[in-house]
Amino acid sequence: MSELYNIEPFKNDAIEKAALESTPVVDNGPSTFLTQLLGFWVTFRTMFKKPNTVQYPEVKEPTAPRFKGRHQLNRHPDGLEKCIGCELCAWACPADAIYVEGESNTEEARFSPGERYGKVYQINYLRCIFCGLCIEACPTRALTMTNEYELADDSREKLIYEKQDLLAPIHQGMIMPPHPMAPGADDGSYYRGEVKGVQQ
Amino acid sequence: MSTQEVSSDVTLELITLTIDGFEVTVPKGTLVIRAAEKLGIQIPRFCDHPLLDPVGACRQCLVDIEINGRKFPKPQASCTIPVETGMVVNTQLTSNVADKAQKGIMEFLLVNHPLDCPVCDKGGECPLQNQAMSNGNGESRFDGYKRTFEKPINISSQVLLDRERCILCARCTRFSEEIAGDPFITLNERGALQQVGIYEEKPFDSYFSGNTVQICPVGALTGASYRFRARPFDLVSTPSACEHCASGCDMRTDVRRGKTLRRLAGDDSQVNEEWNCDKGRWAFKYATASDRIKTPMVRGADGQLHEASWPEALATAAAGLSVNRAAVLVGGRATVEDAYGYSKFARVALNTNDIDFRARVHTDEERDFLASAIVGVQVNYSAIDRADHLVLIGFEPEDESPIVFLRAFKQVRKRGLKVTTIAPFTSRGSKKLKAEVVKSIAGNEAHLIAKISGLTSKSVILVGERLCESSGGLSATLALSQSSGAKLAWIPRRAGERGALEVGAIGTLLPGGRSVSDASARVDLQSAWGVKSLPENIGRTTSEIIEGLHNGDIDSLLVGGVDPLDISADAIAGLEKAFVVSLEMRHSAITEIANVILPIAAVVEKSGSFLDWEGRARAFEAAVDVPDLRSDVRILSMIADQMGKPINLPTVASAANEFSALGNWDGARAPFTPTSATLISGDTILASWRLLLDAGSLQDGEANLANTAHPSVAIISAERAEKLGVKTGDSVRVFNERGAITLSCEIRDIENNSVWIPRNSHTSKTIATLGVASGASVSVVKA
Repeated sequence: MSELYNIEPFKNDAIEKAALESTPVVDNGPSTFLTQLLGFWVTFRTMFKKPNTVQYPEVKEPTAPRFKGRHQLNRHPDGLEKCIGCELCAWACPADAIYVEGESNTEEARFSPGERYGKVYQINYLRCIFCGLCIEACPTRALTMTNEYELADDSREKLIYEKQDLLAPIHQGMIMPPHPMAPGADDGSYYRGEVKGVQQ
Repeated sequence: MSTQEVSSDVTLELITLTIDGFEVTVPKGTLVIRAAEKLGIQIPRFCDHPLLDPVGACRQCLVDIEINGRKFPKPQASCTIPVETGMVVNTQLTSNVADKAQKGIMEFLLVNHPLDCPVCDKGGECPLQNQAMSNGNGESRFDGYKRTFEKPINISSQVLLDRERCILCARCTRFSEEIAGDPFITLNERGALQQVGIYEEKPFDSYFSGNTVQICPVGALTGASYRFRARPFDLVSTPSACEHCASGCDMRTDVRRGKTLRRLAGDDSQVNEEWNCDKGRWAFKYATASDRIKTPMVRGADGQLHEASWPEALATAAAGLSVNRAAVLVGGRATVEDAYGYSKFARVALNTNDIDFRARVHTDEERDFLASAIVGVQVNYSAIDRADHLVLIGFEPEDESPIVFLRAFKQVRKRGLKVTTIAPFTSRGSKKLKAEVVKSIAGNEAHLIAKISGLTSKSVILVGERLCESSGGLSATLALSQSSGAKLAWIPRRAGERGALEVGAIGTLLPGGRSVSDASARVDLQSAWGVKSLPENIGRTTSEIIEGLHNGDIDSLLVGGVDPLDISADAIAGLEKAFVVSLEMRHSAITEIANVILPIAAVVEKSGSFLDWEGRARAFEAAVDVPDLRSDVRILSMIADQMGKPINLPTVASAANEFSALGNWDGARAPFTPTSATLISGDTILASWRLLLDAGSLQDGEANLANTAHPSVAIISAERAEKLGVKTGDSVRVFNERGAITLSCEIRDIENNSVWIPRNSHTSKTIATLGVASGASVSVVKA
């Protein structure tokens, strides 16, 4: 039996030995004018290059097109919210940054097509790690990420974004919910993209 | 076929079979799917439920079966086939045929199942979702149009049905037929259009409808009050006990961020099995009602209540109670620990036995009956399972203790248990129990009890708290039980009454069934409590306390969770004169006259335990943490400290430990002196009881639940209806010199000189309006 386990034990002193025997600093001899000039060559060469510095915040460079910034809750073309309050984003979130509460749409107050909408929607940007798993989880493409990266503030409360902070703006053809679904449309036709914006 | 319970007096025949190559031995009659469970082999299933009869509706549990070398030609549903000797079963784990069959069934089930998971309440805890992942194909080959139905329809105001999602497992219809006995839902149509439907004339007003939501394996049945509220991963679940009645249901309370979102029936095979009633499931919003008291209040010199600090309120309460003559009313909803606190507080801090937990109609006969025959005695649900004859007296199980009804109904259905009930008419529950109804006039039950014969030692007599309203009723029942040897149990309506009795929150008893008049019992308790003396005289009853307050014999009153209108219409007048310290959750008639109000925690906010009617402890933990709300016993301990007469019960746990250390008194019980029966006569005698869903304050705030309450009707006989010239549905007026109640009438098999109305429904409050509960003369006219 003992032969089976006859493995040489790991020796800790090997590491110490290697550390002691590491390559010493190469001595290039005494510093001359030429060797100093060689060192300044890097500086000299950079002087003729275009600088990378941006005068932020006066100048704002566009991000890469798929940069993952602040989230946005999208709307259907007629202004109804795409979010159905299903909490799949909250479920997917590895940082527990999202809090959602669902609620029933009623005939009097309809915020999204179908039965359910997100009544409370919060993203805590102190916790968010911008991984984008919430975007992948969203079954209605309600949640996407914008390129906005300026997410600094001076209190914790201000960094918990509420639903009104995250909702997409009302564009041409949209009406601010609550309002009924387009005549003759149901939630299916909204998801298939058959509902267009309202003619104004 | 019963596979779950095998009663101990039947010898078991064991059968050995092979499942997936492993041998397993199980009792004869076990289903293959259960035998596999015993080995830890999970066969996917939807329709199968251990407490429902097998039906084989969903076909998801198909397995390959071979008996003595002969193979079934096709895979068989393992939830319908009982085991046999020499059976060889191959599940999806070892048989490709079974695996392919299961995947095929899953694909079929999903063909018409909508992709509602993101908006469906069941998402995240859905057997279909889970088993489609574990035992289904990843991809669907179906590219046609799914069958659609109109989105949710109301089966009742509380239960919603989404027919698209239904997989036709028939769990809900089997539950309502087999367990609740309310077959108001059924499967209609055939083929792809098959759906769960209701009888259009009769709404689904079952008291147990919430269980169908819980056992639905998909999101087809959902509860209106939990709809779209949360996902299972949001919820923190706490095991709890139901505070609504003395059935003692095991519960689960689900809380999201400090807010109770739903309560589910727990699984306790000894008590509620896996069921509960709709009241227990949905009536929990009272704890978050807007009139909830959060801070102590003290009545100032101006006669108005003012918010006060805890030290000020405690000091005022202690000063007011530090008089010679104080009394305590506990109410029937206190936990065992809280009631123990009240009991000890009365004896040690107030030096009185004037304490009574019966905030309802009560008699001295009842008090003596409880002390001699009930306290410390346990009769269990299993006694009903084994009974040869069940006698119900002054007790309507479906309304007053629903799980007792379910357990009795199960035995009636399974083995034809004989049920006899002494009741004014054949109620819906009695009809379902196929009970022999001995028709009584309220107040005259005693004469009928004496005539019951044919009871043996295996029989069970269940008396309701209402029987005390009938003079001599409890005496006759006790005599019947003693002469026949039948087991006798008392079933109060409220959850805390049995516990309050055991802790001695009544004038004749000390904790653990010790008699106040027994010197040795008092000495025993004195040494346990470390006090020099305990009051010796028999304490006053609730009505005597109120009379004493009225006469000025008692100066101050400590009252916890009592509605004076439960006792009598005039009770509040007596309380107005005294110094009243009220431990209350919400504003009520008591807090309007109270001098000091101390806020207490609701059941979901505190720990504690109840004793159900069996005498079984039902402990629960706090589900919601509210820092400023304390259990009654903690507050009583603080008042006692302030008075300089400490009761040393700083926590719920300390009260529980102290009470259990005291133990039950094994000395002599108080002798019982029977009360003679009186005979009530009159043209119209009032009978009443409380319906399960009524105007009770613990049901406040849940409109959907209130809509499923049974309609409040006045029940009259056909002869009276003819005399009055009314038909079923016409309005009648029930009145006496105090007031009148107008209800639509229903003609039933009630005695001609009797009328029944609900005791505490929104349109019919007998004590408040008529000043009587039952057994009194009233008049009935056409309205």
